[in-house]
Amino acid sequence: MKPLTALTGRGMPLARADVDTDQIIPAAWLKKTTRTGYGEGLFSQWRQDPSFITNRPERRGATILVAGPNFGCGSSREHAAWALRDFGFTAVVAPGFGDIFRNNLPNAGLVPAQVSADVAESLLRATTRDPYAEIMIDVVGRTLGCPAAGVAGAPFRLDDLAHHRLVNGLELLDLALSLGPSISAYERARAPWLPVGQAGSPGAGSPSRTGAVKAEGTEGT
Amino acid sequence: MNRTTLVDRIWERHLVEPGETDLIYIDLHLLHEVSSPQAFEALRSAGRVVRRPDLCVATADHQVPTLIDGGGGAPAVDAGGARQLLLQAGNCREAGIELHPLGSPGQGIVHVIGPQMGLTQPGMTIVCGDSHTATHGAFGAIAFGIGTSEVEHVLATQTLRTARPRTMAVTVEGTVRPGVTAKDLVLAVIARAGTRAGVGTLVEFRGAAIRALSMEGRMTVCNMAVEAGARSGLIAPDDTTFRYLEGRERSPRGRLWERALDHWRTLRSDDDAVFDREVTVDVSAIAPQVSWGTNPGQTTSVDAAVPDPSGMADPAERNAAERALEYMGLTPGTAMRDIPIDIVFIGSCTNSRMEDLRAAAEVLRGRRIASSVRALVVPGSALVKRQAEAEGLDRVFTAAGFEWRSPGCSMCVGINGDTVAPGLRCASTSNRNFEGRQGPGARTHLVSPETAAATALAGHLAAADDLV
Repeated sequence: MKPLTALTGRGMPLARADVDTDQIIPAAWLKKTTRTGYGEGLFSQWRQDPSFITNRPERRGATILVAGPNFGCGSSREHAAWALRDFGFTAVVAPGFGDIFRNNLPNAGLVPAQVSADVAESLLRATTRDPYAEIMIDVVGRTLGCPAAGVAGAPFRLDDLAHHRLVNGLELLDLALSLGPSISAYERARAPWLPVGQAGSPGAGSPSRTGAVKAEGTEGT
Repeated sequence: MNRTTLVDRIWERHLVEPGETDLIYIDLHLLHEVSSPQAFEALRSAGRVVRRPDLCVATADHQVPTLIDGGGGAPAVDAGGARQLLLQAGNCREAGIELHPLGSPGQGIVHVIGPQMGLTQPGMTIVCGDSHTATHGAFGAIAFGIGTSEVEHVLATQTLRTARPRTMAVTVEGTVRPGVTAKDLVLAVIARAGTRAGVGTLVEFRGAAIRALSMEGRMTVCNMAVEAGARSGLIAPDDTTFRYLEGRERSPRGRLWERALDHWRTLRSDDDAVFDREVTVDVSAIAPQVSWGTNPGQTTSVDAAVPDPSGMADPAERNAAERALEYMGLTPGTAMRDIPIDIVFIGSCTNSRMEDLRAAAEVLRGRRIASSVRALVVPGSALVKRQAEAEGLDRVFTAAGFEWRSPGCSMCVGINGDTVAPGLRCASTSNRNFEGRQGPGARTHLVSPETAAATALAGHLAAADDLV
């Protein structure tokens, strides 16, 4: 990933609350096995409506999505973050995100910028009014501005891990290179009763094989 | 140190490297075919290997067809689904990961087979590329869903870098009325607290109504913690938990069982533990619950009517309700029981276990579903299916007019051939009534298995009590 210290782009408003990841990328798109090629799937059900915001010509080229509260709730599908990226978004500004989605966005190289409800409201109003309203995001300083909304230097929440990685252009696993010894030390102290998988035992879970499968729904009787 | 929550207690034991963002060890990594192929591919292209294949267990559930026995025998998944199943088999073989593929005796929905095998135990950390991993919290484990990049990280390191979650206590008091199930309880909690109540937190469910639940009921509750916005939910283990675990295939035995039990009994929040948020809900008076909108918080009692958005004070809530009613094709003031239903689905990681099937079968026994309804029941695992058949439940369902299917996610996720056609209305025991969740244009009403069965008989939303 390339370091991402600041970005500027036109905002696209999506003034809906609790937009779940099934809307961002409908399940039909989960058939793919790549990390790219999801742009067409973004909001694909809603986009069937010609007046949906992403279909409007004056919105073409907008790169910062301005969303409502709890954006990206629901399914853990990282495909939702990939779809936003493939469509051309570089950041999502919202007053709140679904927990898993908040982690998925930086893994796709996008900035999840959580702003106060007031700032979110101002940005939604300004970008609705003016399709060319620009938003400037200072990733390093975790602040953003939007002259059209009268917003300047507004702080946003970006988790420390996401901040560190975005600013330095690090993949999640780049941070794990030196971890081997501490993980091994932890593993030596794990409790002996913890369960393990049985690779190469295709019959695992079968009563005929192990004789140890307990009848279901019997613990209370 | 005597004001510790259960979540913090488990978290501390899994710290590999504390920091601004903790590095925690993952005891069990569950895998399904949809969220993992990209992770394996990335590892391969970076020349990395799976660090602990012995702490991974995989199953095929999202893409699998459920019409195996009766539908002509051929797997009916499309090319994309078939490819994912194939990749999963290859990836697991290459890495040495236990896999329960389509047609094998241990196959089933990932959140059903973990507990049934005894893999899910108190005090563990469990992740899966699936938001309903929260289900496993029923055993007093920290269990949550992750994205594919995080799946990749866990495969490579058996650890995850993540901020310590805040904690929320949801205390559920009271004794539920007969006919009110774990599903109704959790739907009522979500309707009361809202779909954003738990954002950023791990929810500990406590209180008399939770203690009274069986393990299967607790799994239903924790499964839906994520629908209240929480990263996950969990319940402190007790004798109900230990009875469930004793003698399961992967449960510890002998001396190790005793040692595990000693540890498990310490897994509770201190009496004066401080939570970041606390909510108390009394469920003594609730009736069976039914969702009317397009998120699980838009839920009401089966005795109530479709709410009128114009009466909602919060403009955002009103706007969301108006949109939801338009999508759902519902008119405010319509009695919930007057809503006709086209399809009934009993299944999913929320409600596809033995108790669910038994309860639904009890409602159906000796009766026949309405001629306007198509109904299917999809056991959560091959083991549940075998046991239900041994108990004769399959015959109860088929005699009533239900289709008896093979295990999988089926109509909860709508990508395996089981879908609700546009505009049709489905009473579903699954967990999400999102727009298009069961297929483009599908209209979903979330209900308990008993309510689903009663609805199938009546042809409209109904409670099991209506039938006597």
